[in-house]
Amino acid sequence: MHFIRKKSFHFACGLLAFGFLASCTAPSNVEKALDEQILHFGLGAEPQHLDPHLATSVAAHNILSALLEGLVGEDPKTLKPVPGAAESWKISEDKKTYTFYLRKNAKWHNGDPVTAQDFVYSYRRILTPSLGAQYASMLHVLKNAKSYHSGEKTWKEANVGVQAIDERTLELVLENQTPYFLELLNHYSWFPVHPPTIEKFGASEKMGTPWTKPGNFVGNGPFSLREHRINSVIEVRANPHYWDANLTQLSGIRFYPIETADTEERAFRTGFLHVTQSVSSDRIEYLQNKHPEWIHFEPYLGTYYYRFNVEAPPFDDLRVRKALSLSVNRKLLVEKVLKGGQLPAYCFTPPDTGGFTASDGFGYDPDQAKKLLNAYLKDHGLTKLPPIELNYNTSEGHKKVAEALQAMWKKALGIEIQLLNMEWKVFLSTISKGDYSLARAGWIGDYVDANTFLHLWRSGDGNNLTGWSNKEYDQALTQAERALNPKDRFTHFQKCEELLASEMPILPLYFYVHVSLRHPSVQGWYPTLLDHHPYKYVYLKGEVAK
Amino acid sequence: MKNFFISRLLQAIPTLFVIATLTFFMTRFAPGGPFDSDKAIPEEIKIKLQSHFGLNLPLFDQYLLYMKNLLAGDLGPSFKYVGWDVSELIQLAFPVSLSLGVSALLIALLIGLPAGMLAALRKNTWWDYLPMGIAMVGICLPSFVLGPILIMVFATKLKLLPALGWYSWTDLILPSLTLGLFYAAYVARLTRAGMLETLKQDYVRTARAKGASPGRVLVKHAMRGGLLPVVTYLGPAFAGLVSGSFIIESIFFIPGLGKFFVTAAFNRDYTVVLGTVLFYATLIIILNLLVDFLQAWLDPKAREQR
Repeated sequence: MHFIRKKSFHFACGLLAFGFLASCTAPSNVEKALDEQILHFGLGAEPQHLDPHLATSVAAHNILSALLEGLVGEDPKTLKPVPGAAESWKISEDKKTYTFYLRKNAKWHNGDPVTAQDFVYSYRRILTPSLGAQYASMLHVLKNAKSYHSGEKTWKEANVGVQAIDERTLELVLENQTPYFLELLNHYSWFPVHPPTIEKFGASEKMGTPWTKPGNFVGNGPFSLREHRINSVIEVRANPHYWDANLTQLSGIRFYPIETADTEERAFRTGFLHVTQSVSSDRIEYLQNKHPEWIHFEPYLGTYYYRFNVEAPPFDDLRVRKALSLSVNRKLLVEKVLKGGQLPAYCFTPPDTGGFTASDGFGYDPDQAKKLLNAYLKDHGLTKLPPIELNYNTSEGHKKVAEALQAMWKKALGIEIQLLNMEWKVFLSTISKGDYSLARAGWIGDYVDANTFLHLWRSGDGNNLTGWSNKEYDQALTQAERALNPKDRFTHFQKCEELLASEMPILPLYFYVHVSLRHPSVQGWYPTLLDHHPYKYVYLKGEVAK
Repeated sequence: MKNFFISRLLQAIPTLFVIATLTFFMTRFAPGGPFDSDKAIPEEIKIKLQSHFGLNLPLFDQYLLYMKNLLAGDLGPSFKYVGWDVSELIQLAFPVSLSLGVSALLIALLIGLPAGMLAALRKNTWWDYLPMGIAMVGICLPSFVLGPILIMVFATKLKLLPALGWYSWTDLILPSLTLGLFYAAYVARLTRAGMLETLKQDYVRTARAKGASPGRVLVKHAMRGGLLPVVTYLGPAFAGLVSGSFIIESIFFIPGLGKFFVTAAFNRDYTVVLGTVLFYATLIIILNLLVDFLQAWLDPKAREQR
């Protein structure tokens, strides 16, 4: 009898505990969000800066585009410029002078009007050499901006092409015609900052002041900064002073810097997140089969490629570079190895970047590859190429690609490739010292124009690192910058691509695709090349499956 | 006893000094630096950044400056989380790791101690085999397996508990279980071994012979000695628990110290590496000292040696 009582006592305790737990589980974020209109957003990483003039990451963009607004905004589907802080603009006939008319009701979060002087202040701040802004060169399209930024001249002497005509009229004069200038304005380096706030914290020439903390941050965007807990959450709330506040349907966004894709997926599956930043590559196939309504594949403005070190044997010889490139079956790579909807890359610039699509220059021809390699071996009196080291930074994804290529080259050319994975910072310092022969790389465009890709291979560009330089290439790129119409520009870009394909300092492999999970209740969200999603058009609607 | 305490505290100073020095130079000799990034940074901007953080000074001067600031209690600014001081970051993250660590430790003790004692008292019966078998599984099962399993059962399927985050008290349950069960398994095995050893002792037999009740023998006589190995283990284990676990923090998305500890090394965030290492070292020194006291209290032999 005693025993039974004890047992039933335990049972009752267990039941009570469970009942208690069950009663305290609240509905999930996604369920609550339909009423609250709060978007729960997987941010991927904690941003290093929330200062638009010092920021350098996608995560920072995702937050800053909620807090601040540039002269123009973005169409949610095409990312084409639409009126932003400026309600209209005029472009001069030589297409070098842009006059922006700011809207009367554009306001900072504290109610101050957004003025032309604020923009002058902001552009001057990011170009100030002592601030050390990494993206200041984005503003070099402005006339004389470079001479001020390099410290050669003072602001007055330099006469930079930015001027406040009156409180609400801003004139920007460019160095060259820049067809993508309006698109460029949507990069956070062009976002305005609130001068009194910056001055209050002494941040005009100093990084790392607390002006970006909640309570201090004053922006002009559709949302204002509410909370920032490092590695936990950044919350923004709809800003009633925003000129287009009526359009904004979300009442807030919570950004979670979850770095692991598996953790993000668990968060998504339990209704904690509406949108994830990534999907683990092992999970793509499963999710595609089981939950096609969640997983989204969207083209992304980026190229995955390998660099050759053209200054050291064997890749100082064009034939070896060509042989390696011709024996890579890119189609097989994306279809059988990557399986994430990526596109094989036969040129460097992703297709339809700002209207430009390069013709395929890098092909697949293993027989030709074999011939080229044999000719090289014969010239050098070799029977076999010495083993080649392939460097990549430690990651499962990079390893998979490297192993696939290793097998392809072994089969087609009989080359021994040694895979050498390195911790990220070690990898970066090795590559930048030129201490490699073949190395993995990737490039994500900053704005939708071929220039953001092709400038890499200009002689002496800090991102080139292959040792390759070509006068014709530099010339073609400069001509593209100065070209007067799109057709001419594209001809020069095509010339650049052709030079890359004939000289092959690089080996393009595939164009990126952005794979993410998104809850069906997220509306007003469209696939865009830069993965930008203007939040004022986003809202939450629909049934939530229990 | 007082002398012992003072001498141990004084010993801590050179230890911390050596740790700070070694860590400082080791992080600096690792290839790459905090400002290396995917996209090339113009040389003049890199110089600006370096001078902002004092990295333009000769290495030894940087070391002297760091040590000087350290003596004044200043751990410096973070390179990665610009605008935040290392001490601010530790202040934010340590309470999180502390509450997670303490609750994991409670779980470890609440499960581990009774299970171990029971196993020792009922040696070679099912009361021994079953908990010890489970404990073995617990020790072998890594947290990155146990964590997702617990999430799958309690969050995804039963929808009883949150899968991740650090926003309400329910968020504490699954991670502290994941972390605590591993330690519970260890504690159980150590308790069993320690208890078996003491139960064999003459003084326990004497106590029994004098007619003390089994409960009294256990609590009053055997437990003190039997728990010694557990106490020795608890010091470093507790330091490990409260200084955060990178894996648990990643699985459950918890803003604790472990994440700073690991990612700072990857980011070459020199000051955060140094700050967290020193913090961890201080914690271990203090906890080891506490363990010594506890041992002295539990074990008269250890007391006499001092």
